[in-house]
Amino acid sequence: MMKFERYEWLTITIMISLFIFVGFIQGWSVSLVILNMCIISAIMTMGVNISWGYAGVINFGVMGFLAMGGLAAVLVSYPPIAESWQAGGRGLGISFALLVGLVIAVMYINKTVIQKRNRYILNSLIIFFGILIIRHFYLNATHNIEDVNPAIAGFLGGLGLPIIFSWIIGGLFAAGVAFVIGKVALGLRSDYLAIVTLGISEIVVSVLKHEEWLSRGVKNVIGLKRPVPYEIDLQNADWFINLVTYLNSSKLNNIIDVSDRQQVLNNLIIDGSGIFVKLSYAILFLIVMLIIFYFANKAQLSPWGRMMRAIRDNETAANAMGKDVVKQHLIIFVIGAAIVGVAGAMLVTLDGLFTPSGYRPLRFTFIIWIMVIVGGSGNNLGAIFGGFVIWFSWIEAAPLTTFIINQLTVGLEPTNALKLHLLDSVPYFRYLFMGLILLLILRYRPKGIIPEKVRHS
Amino acid sequence: MIDFLNSIIVLLNFIVIPGISYGSQLALGALGVTFVYAILRFANFAHGEIMSFGAMITILFTWFFQSQNIGLGILPTALLALPVGIIATIILCIISDKFVFQYYRYQKSVPVVLAMVSIGVMFVINAIIRIIIGTETIKFSDGQKFIMKAKQFKVMTGLNEGLALKSSQVITILITILLLTFTFWFLQKTKTGKSMRAFSDNEDLALLSGINPDRVVFTTWIIVGVLACVAGTLYGLDKSYKPIIYLNLVLPIFASAIVGGIGNPFGAVVGGYVIAFSEIMVTYAYKKFFVYILPSSIEPTGLVQLLSTDYKFAVSFSILVIVLLIRPSGIFKGRVL
Repeated sequence: MMKFERYEWLTITIMISLFIFVGFIQGWSVSLVILNMCIISAIMTMGVNISWGYAGVINFGVMGFLAMGGLAAVLVSYPPIAESWQAGGRGLGISFALLVGLVIAVMYINKTVIQKRNRYILNSLIIFFGILIIRHFYLNATHNIEDVNPAIAGFLGGLGLPIIFSWIIGGLFAAGVAFVIGKVALGLRSDYLAIVTLGISEIVVSVLKHEEWLSRGVKNVIGLKRPVPYEIDLQNADWFINLVTYLNSSKLNNIIDVSDRQQVLNNLIIDGSGIFVKLSYAILFLIVMLIIFYFANKAQLSPWGRMMRAIRDNETAANAMGKDVVKQHLIIFVIGAAIVGVAGAMLVTLDGLFTPSGYRPLRFTFIIWIMVIVGGSGNNLGAIFGGFVIWFSWIEAAPLTTFIINQLTVGLEPTNALKLHLLDSVPYFRYLFMGLILLLILRYRPKGIIPEKVRHS
Repeated sequence: MIDFLNSIIVLLNFIVIPGISYGSQLALGALGVTFVYAILRFANFAHGEIMSFGAMITILFTWFFQSQNIGLGILPTALLALPVGIIATIILCIISDKFVFQYYRYQKSVPVVLAMVSIGVMFVINAIIRIIIGTETIKFSDGQKFIMKAKQFKVMTGLNEGLALKSSQVITILITILLLTFTFWFLQKTKTGKSMRAFSDNEDLALLSGINPDRVVFTTWIIVGVLACVAGTLYGLDKSYKPIIYLNLVLPIFASAIVGGIGNPFGAVVGGYVIAFSEIMVTYAYKKFFVYILPSSIEPTGLVQLLSTDYKFAVSFSILVIVLLIRPSGIFKGRVL
């Protein structure tokens, strides 16, 4: 089913050769770091591409879903903190139970009380007093939790499971949030929906930033357990030392002096352990990416995918043919968000830390959208290509700009104020590149670099 | 009686005056967004950066005037630099229209594509700003800082509570009144304004009546430039200038425009104040107010705060969502200029 055309093979070759090129110029470690982020970006892009490219449902809440995935990584992998549970677990339990009770009460009132005015009055009364009572328990509990050992804990901790499970849980978390957002907002026109999802993602992030009992907030969570070995363990493992010796045997045999050889071997082991860790990550991520790619493609070619395209291209006609547009929109919005959530969990896994204040819309929503548009919406390979190319240029923009500025100002003295100012602003040129790339693509290749295939079936 | 007066002063000092000045800034910003939406028919994500750009040019010229020792005495020098900033912002708007937006308008692209294009413009302007002025926080208000200090007010009236009046707040309110009056006069009374309203109401009919669309668009960008630059500068003058803030400001501005009814200038202004006041009122701790107004036996012990100030931005969005659910066209029916 996955037969690539010639130009698609060409793009894949370009992507691979870019990393080999960087590997030779800047070192394999740098190349692998970029590769890992590229794969994660590609997964995010596929998530957005599924809702936007397949069904035309806009999702500007990428940042919020990523953060939910990150939260899942913390809640799954961090060991539970017993004292915090003791301090506030009961209070939280009570307030949660009360919240459920409140929701049930409101639903009951909506069902039984028919007169509109009475319903409004009853509802607002019960919500107001309900929230007052819940707040009492909730604030007490969270205060107690945040007081437990605030320097290193101060939150509930997690389940202490291997972090790799969080990739699935992160998807579920994001899907849950997306379900609520979708229920509320999916009826809106596309530009309204963009603004609303953008806003709700800000709300999600601000909750994660300030509810310290849950996510430690701006104090960040560090030291999450890795799914791959640690460098220090590798450096002391016999099999790894043997592997490095075996791989470099010709190089090592040329060195006659024993202590020199040991020195070289040690350096090789230290370098090798870093590369080994990054490579393991890359393989794990690649597996996830290929699985998602496989299913996304299969879904696109299935009758369901055909229905989605029908809904995207003409909602009214699809509705007239008996397709439940609202339901399908919700489904695809949730699926897209879930994939973004998986990517969010993977991102935190890779970094080993969770920093809620690091989630900014420019970096985590708009860049992803540029990836989608540049790659080609509606085409999964395009989405992957967009993720790779944009992340690659995002990283390599800085060295490139430094090079260009140095070339342009070669006639100026090294202490020239303009030259210094420009060199200081090198990090900001990447925004310029991103904007220009987006504008150029939208103008001259509006369907993206690898456009969606027109199917006549 | 004294307690009652004190409680009123508390509300005035911490809610009403900050609310009006913040609301004015939002209203000017939302007015710009609504103009673009009504005439050019897309959600302009670059509006925050346009505001930031105007403020940046104003700051650069403020520094220039300060270095030349040209000032306005007790008024901030920024007011002198503001016209230069406005002209630069208008030029920026017109350049971005000529090189970017115009093409899609002629192509009759769907609004979502134009919104994406505006994201590209946002990135470019954002980069230009950061390259020119960096990312540091800049305070550029000079002249007399307070019109009335809290202490002076206490001495004057003999009340316990002070009422502070920053000059930036008064300037914000005055300029807003001036600009709003002018804008509405322009829309209602002048020929160009009327043609803009006609264009916004029904494009085809307006074209048939011989209205020149390029002229309407050109005028729109001029108005948007003026509004954006003034809003950006006033916000920077009142708080402080930080490039990153303007990206976050886009969300409450959109919220204001939509809550008031997008495309409706009067709604945008009202929406600005609604958003500003709800942000402040929901996150303000009312303890002091209740201490004055209630008898001491039932005084509150907590802060009496609905939500912590961390959720300021969340408030504006919750209101947006609620309004969209109950009345999707906004408080005043949108889409008519």
